[in-house]
This record gives sequence, structure tokens and C-alpha cells, in this order.
Amino acid sequence: MGDLKLPAIDYGALAPMLILFGVACAGVLAEVLVPRRSRNAVQLALAFLGIAAAFIAVIVFVQNGSRGVTIGGAVAVDGPTLFLQGALLVLGAVSLMLIGERSLERGGTFVSQAAITVGSQKDVKQAGDQPGLTEVYPLTMFALGGMLLFVSANDLLTMFVALEVFSLPLYLLCALARRRRLLSQEAALKYFLLGSYASAFFLFGVALIYGFSGGISLAQVHEAVVNPQNSQVLLYAGLALLAIGLLFKAALAPFHVWTPDVYQGAPTPITALMAACTKVAAFGALLRILYVAFDGVRWDFQPVLGTVAVLTMLVGAVLAVTQTDMKRLLAYSSIANAGYLLVGVLALNPEGLSSTMFYLVAYGFSVLAAFGIVTLVRDADGEATHLSRWAGLGRKSPLFAATFTFILLAFAGIPLTSGFTSKFAVFGAAVEGGQTWLVIFGVITSMLIAFPYLRVVVMLWLSEPGESTPTVSIPGFMTSAALAIGVLATLALGVVPAPLIDLTRDAAQFVR
Amino acid sequence: MNDFPFLSILTLLPLVGAVVVAFIPRARAELAKLVALGWSLVVLVLSVVMWIAFQTGGDRFQFRESYAWIPSWDARFTFAADGIALVMLMLIAVLFPIVILASWRDVEQSKRSVPTYFALLLAFEFTMIGVFAAADIFLFYVFFEIMLIPMYFIIGSFGGPRRQYAAVKFFLYSLVGGLFMLAAVIGLWVVGGHTFDFAKLTESAAAIDQDTARWLFLGFFVAFAIKAPFFPFHTWLPDAGGAAPAGAAALLVGVMDKVGTFGILRYCLPLFPEASRWFAPAALVLAVIGIIYAALLAVGQNDLKRLVSYTSIAHFGFIGIGIFAFTTQGGTGSVLYMVNHGLATGLLFIVVGMFVARRGSNLVSDFGGAGKMVPVLAGVLFFAGLASLALPGTAPFISEFLVLIGTFTVHKTYAVIATAGIILAAAYVLWMIQRTTQGTLNPVLPTVPAMRRDITLREKIVVAPLILLIVLFGFYPKPLTDVINPAVQATMQDVGVQDPAPVVANERVAR
Repeated sequence: MGDLKLPAIDYGALAPMLILFGVACAGVLAEVLVPRRSRNAVQLALAFLGIAAAFIAVIVFVQNGSRGVTIGGAVAVDGPTLFLQGALLVLGAVSLMLIGERSLERGGTFVSQAAITVGSQKDVKQAGDQPGLTEVYPLTMFALGGMLLFVSANDLLTMFVALEVFSLPLYLLCALARRRRLLSQEAALKYFLLGSYASAFFLFGVALIYGFSGGISLAQVHEAVVNPQNSQVLLYAGLALLAIGLLFKAALAPFHVWTPDVYQGAPTPITALMAACTKVAAFGALLRILYVAFDGVRWDFQPVLGTVAVLTMLVGAVLAVTQTDMKRLLAYSSIANAGYLLVGVLALNPEGLSSTMFYLVAYGFSVLAAFGIVTLVRDADGEATHLSRWAGLGRKSPLFAATFTFILLAFAGIPLTSGFTSKFAVFGAAVEGGQTWLVIFGVITSMLIAFPYLRVVVMLWLSEPGESTPTVSIPGFMTSAALAIGVLATLALGVVPAPLIDLTRDAAQFVR
Repeated sequence: MNDFPFLSILTLLPLVGAVVVAFIPRARAELAKLVALGWSLVVLVLSVVMWIAFQTGGDRFQFRESYAWIPSWDARFTFAADGIALVMLMLIAVLFPIVILASWRDVEQSKRSVPTYFALLLAFEFTMIGVFAAADIFLFYVFFEIMLIPMYFIIGSFGGPRRQYAAVKFFLYSLVGGLFMLAAVIGLWVVGGHTFDFAKLTESAAAIDQDTARWLFLGFFVAFAIKAPFFPFHTWLPDAGGAAPAGAAALLVGVMDKVGTFGILRYCLPLFPEASRWFAPAALVLAVIGIIYAALLAVGQNDLKRLVSYTSIAHFGFIGIGIFAFTTQGGTGSVLYMVNHGLATGLLFIVVGMFVARRGSNLVSDFGGAGKMVPVLAGVLFFAGLASLALPGTAPFISEFLVLIGTFTVHKTYAVIATAGIILAAAYVLWMIQRTTQGTLNPVLPTVPAMRRDITLREKIVVAPLILLIVLFGFYPKPLTDVINPAVQATMQDVGVQDPAPVVANERVAR
């Protein structure tokens, strides 16, 4: 007692997160110090620089080759951590391009002051021409930093802290839409309330697992799971509660109900950020918890989570068929994709790990491109997301429609797109891991969900344009760049997936 | 000469052509057509050279090429052609220029872009050649799926009144089949030793556990049965064939549907021999039902294009019984049938398209006595109809006969029932011809100005090669059978069935 020993800290391993949090704090300062006119440019540049620096830090750490745990086992730096952190940073940078777009409408996608009463004179004025909030950049940086920590957290408390760090900014960001603000605020509130429940469940689970294993680090939990000293009830109840927290973030049924509302209400660039990055973070943590800590009871959770996967795929696919709003359709599609991802996770073998990571990256790029396109279809009231409004857009803007068709084909899993290779990878891993039944359901739901995608393609190309068909805005530089990156990645990962597959295979090794 | 990378070049050539044509501006429609035609003729020339280079008595698979693609899955760009693939590639190469020429004026009637249509046709040729040339199951699957996309847009954008419905139905049916196959491909990859190479897989196929093999067979078979289509998976074809532009419909039934029967021969049989034998009775029953049922439906059709689609389903029943009879004669007959059906039904669809384009209607009842106005065209329709009902002297007769005797040696009942299909074929073809070109002149016809124009020079050029080939192979099928026979024999060896033909013959001699 008494002599507190400071744990060794490997700053190189923590550098990406430290950089992002540092940049986020600097962004908060910049809100105060930089004059309003140049604030957007400064914040944007700061954010990009931060992401670039963090990415370089990740690369440097990959090069130096050391793997292991640091700061007293709170953070694990291993292949999956580094890969997912790199993926989060790249996807985050692309999301940032969408977030930073200011040329599609005056002032950008975000409200100028979140506190203005909806529908008041001031609100009309702000929606008209006032520049959007720039706090979104530091918030995004905080969220990204939290996600980076989330995928590397090696004990349950760190994981909980990271969960809160990335969730809180996201709740806020959801509420900041410039138009349809009530919808946006409702989405944020819904996300916040349900998210808090999920966090509470997670925390409760941590407590039970602590009671079971006498420790919170994943290695200790693993020990205890292999050689149980305490009641198994604690273990199963704790694991179930932990899983609920993670399933919520990953939007897996039956904890998916927030997804369509939040995806629809949130400003579209934030939806893109959530669909791409939150998914990576949530599945990163889920992989780590299941593969590292609870590997010993795989036979017990595999059927339960398998049922969750089947339910998720079915819910996503079936409800996608009935949607009439593009953002809700993409939300259900993202739910279904979460199901496919869980199929990969449940393979519980190295292929499962690598294929899930591959899927996360591939899907992230496609979904970013999809939401990027949603931001472009506009009329006088902002984005026109109702499906019927998209009829005949192929006639007016063939390039745009071709791009979106390509992305939809990728979601449908047509070969030569990343959607096919990634689905193939997770299904292959699952068959390998003896989970053929999941693959059967995966295939069946793939058939179901092809229908809504196809319906959109029909709308775009084969329907006659209506009188109220919105226009496709000319994307600004940043949206164009985001779209180009998303589409090219979708194509490249479909045609020449070998480099990324090899990368994920090399990275598929957890440390304890 | 065999070192020349025929198959990869042959596959990529139309893709390049499609890109080139797609970038021709809308206003220069004629240029787009000429480029597309020229391009498909280059493909034809290359295919002919490949045909000559193919050594008839040589290896089963020739022109093998293999390039790395996804090493960690052992998926490779492997191309190789056996005799079966070779004749199909040749058929594709012949049909595409003909169809492009036949579609010369089709697109102008719609408001859509002409270069797009021809670019889609070339893109479709790319996927077709790829699917027949692939010798890697992953690559095959890729082509199997992406071939839907150009055809979907051809039907959906350039088709008839019910084109949207037909296009979506076509896409979904095929996609469902494709996804069943995806599950089977993944399963095969896992149990077959993590490779997609056809040659390696056929070696390791014997080691696959019996139940697994049957499930995998089913996955592949359903995909192919939908594609072919066999009864009861056929309902998409009449819609798609009825809605597609005539040229595209000719390709749809002439080439694309053959992927189904080709797939069964190339993949189902050699990879899952035991399962093939186990499922053969069921497949035979489906095929026989298909022959009779589709023929009966064809008799009752009033829509010309749907009628031809139904005849096609009946013909696929014949191909099916030939394959699952597991005799060399039956198999050879089936492959020959695939080629001849492509020629005959392709011709029939194209000629029907010429009628439809003139009259502006698909319906049989809108014609009547058309032969009095367009005698030569009516004659061509008559010829195409006769070829389609397998009149002796036309190529389909040989294949139908081979299929029937090949089947009769092992399954007398099925062969006898299938023979009834021939009678029905005569019924639907002759009635169709009678109601459209013969009999009293429909009084509306003379008021349609286009009906006064008999076959044009372009149309003559379109139909002449098909008529020539049908007659040529009707009398002298040896060039085809020489190539097909060894490949079919090898396939039957893979299945592990003895050819019963000599045994039966000996018994008869003994009696």
C-alpha cells in the first residue's frame, strides 16, 4: 500500500488519440479566438491536419512493429487496433469532407445556432443565409478520438469511457440539422435516451463481469472465463448486458429501432459518419470483447448472437422493402449489413476477424458515397429524400444516377463491387467456422434486400421524371472528392481486393 | 498458335468496344452502330481463328490461361475452353454481329440513346464470352452475376410496354438463383480445399461428403435451372422475352439461357457426380414436364414474342433430358441442341421482330394473311418455324434426334413422352404461321404503310447467315460434333457413368 506505481505509457501507441483529442481541444479554443468569418476554414484545416497527423502516427507505429498493451493494460495495440484505427481515420476524413461541404447550400448543412427556437423569425433567417455552426469540427474530432480509443480499449472501464466519449458528441451532432430541425432534435433526443440506456446496460454488465472475474481487464476476464471461480450466472448476465450495449451501437436487432429515426433526422453528413465510423468502432469493440475476453464461452453465446444476426438481417431486409424515404431505406440497409457483419464476427476464427474488418472498410466507403449522393438531391426545402421524388433522375443527371446505381449494386452484392467481395469474405469465414445456417439466412436476406435496391434503380432510370423532380446539385469540391473516393474504393475493393484482404489477414491477431 | 491468349483477349475485346461506343455522342448514332458492328465482327474473326487453332483430338481444355487475382482465396483469372465452351463461344461470336445488324433501326423508335443500346449489347457480349470462357468458379460466378446488368438495362430501357415489370422480374429471378449458387460456391470453396480452380476442384470433388455434395449440387442446379429456365422456374422468360427488343430477346434465349445448361454440364455434373446421378430422375421429370407444359402454353399464346419464349422453354426441356440421360449421344445432342437452338430460335426471334417492327404489334391476332403483303419475309418466318420444330434437313433435327435416341437407350418412358413434344411443336409453329402469314388478309394490314415493305437488303444480310448455318449443320454437323463429342465423353466419365449404348446394341444384335 502507499507506493503508487505509475504504469508505463507508450506514447507512440497513444499518439493518434492524443492528437485527435488535442486537435479537438484546439478547435474549442479556435471557436473563441478565431474571428467568425474565417472560423470555418481554420476549423476545417485543423480537423484535416489532425486526422492526417493521427493517421501518420498510426502508420509510424505500424512500421515500428511493437505490439502489446500499455498504460497498465488499459489500451491494447495490436493488428486489429491499428487496422481499425487507420480505417476509422480514413473513413473519418471522408466523412469530414461531407461535413465540411459549404457550397451545396448557403451556410452548409448545419444550423447556425442550435438554441434558436424552431419556426421562429430567427430560425427562418438562420436557415436562409447564416453560416452554420463550426463546433461540429471539434465535436467530430472528439467522436473520432473516442472511436479510436474504443477499438483499442483493453479493459472494460476504458471501453465504457471511450463509448461515452464518442457517443456524446454524436448525440449533439445529430441535433444540428439546418432544416427540418424538429426531426433532427427528435432524432438526437431519441438517440441520446436510448443510447444512455445502452450505456447503462453496458456499465451494469461491467460491474457483473467485475464481480465474476475480479478484474476489468480483458485478460483477467479471459482467465476467469477459462477457469471460473465464481457463479456462471454473473458471467452470462454480465456478458448479456455488455452485449446489449454493443449491439445497440452496432444497430443490431432487437436494439436497432433507433437507427431509422436517427439516420433520417440527423444531418446527412453526420448520418454518413455514424453509418461508416460508428459501425467500425462498435464492431471493433465487439470483436475484441468476443474474441479476447469471452472466447472460452463461445459455444454459449454463438447461438444467441447467431439468432441476433438472423433477426437483424431479416428485419433490415424485410423492412427495407417497405421504406419510402431514401435515408430510412439506407438505414435499414445498414441494419441488414450489421447482420452480415455479425455473421463474420461469429465465425470466431482468424478469417472471421479479417473478413469482418474487410467488410467494415468496404461498407464504410460505399455508405459514405451513398449518403454523399443523398446530400446532392435537393429542392428549395433542402434535401429531397422521399423515394418518389427520385423518379427519372437518370434522365436529368445520368452521371449521378450511374454513380448511385453502382453503389446500390454494391449493397446488393453484385460482383466487381466491394459489396460482393466483402459478403463473400464473411460468408466464407462463417462456413469455415461451422456457421453454415447463418450463411443460408444471409443469402436469403440478400435476395430480399436486393428488391428495394432494385426498386430505386428502376425509379432512377426507368420511371418518367415527375413535375416535382428535384435537381441534383453540382457537388462542391469536397463532396466530389468524398464521392470519388467512396466510389473508387467500392470499385477497387471489388476488382482488386487482394491488397486489403492481405492487410486484414496480417492484422488479424489480437493481443491479450 | 495455342500460346496465343485467345480467351482473355476475346473476353476483353467487347468490353473495350462497349466503353468506346458508350463514349460516342448521342447525335452520332450511325457511327455508334458502325463501330459496334465492326467491333463484333472483329470478335467473330478472332473466334474463327480460335476455332481453327483448336485441336480437335487434343486436350480436353485448351487455350488455358491463368493470372493471379485474389491470392488469399486462390481466385484466379483462369480461362480455358473445352469443346462445349468452344461451340458456345462460336455461337456468341456469330449471333452478336447479326443481332447488332438486326437491331439497326430498333432504338430509333424509343427516345433513348442509340450509342447506349449498342454499348450495352457489347457489354453483354463481354459477360457472355467471359462466362463461357472462365475455368475458375469464382470468375464464372462473377460473370454469371454481372451479365444481368447489361441485360437488365436493355430490357428495362429499350423494351416493350411491360418492360419495367419484366426487367425487375428477370433481375430478381436470376439474382435469387445466383445467390443460391453463391452459397454453394462458398461451400464448395471450403470443402474443396480453398481453391476455385476447376481442374483442382474436379480432382478433390470425389472426397466431398455425400450429403454436402447433394446440397452443393442443389445450390448450383437451382441457379442454372432458373437461368435455363427449366419448369417450374421459367415464368420470368416469357415476360423478359416478350418485353425485350427482338434482337436482345434473341440473345436472351439464344445465348444467355444456355449458360444454365452449360453450367449444369460443366459444373454440376463433373463436380458432384454422385449427386447428379441422385438428382437425375427429378431433373428428368422437370425437363419432360417442361417440354409438354411449355409447348401447350405456346399453342395458346397470342403474343408472338411470348410464344417464341415458350417454345424456347420446351426446347430447354429437350436439352435437359439429353444432359441427364447421361449418355454420350444424349449429351452431344444436348450441346448440339444448344447451338442449333441458338441459331434457329435466334432467327425466329429476329424474324418475328421484323414483323413486329412493321406491324407495331406483338399480337398474332393483329396479323393474318401477312404473306400476301410480305411474301419473302413470310417465307423466312416459315423457314425459321420449320427449323424451330426440328424438321429433318434443318440443324435442330439432328440434335433433337440425338437427344431422343440418347435418352431412349436408358429412359424409354421419358423419351416417348418427350416425343409428344415434337407433335406439339409442329402444332404451335404451324398454327402461328397459319394465323400470321396465311389465310385471309387482315383488312387492317394494308393500312399499315410499313407492312408494304418486304424484306430489305439489311434484313436479308441478317437472316442469310443463320439460314445458311441451319441448313449446313442440318446436313453436315460433323464440324460441331467432332469438337463436342470428346468434351461430352470426358464429362460423362467425370459423372462416372458407362455409356449404355453399346451394351444395348449388343443385346439387340444378340436377339
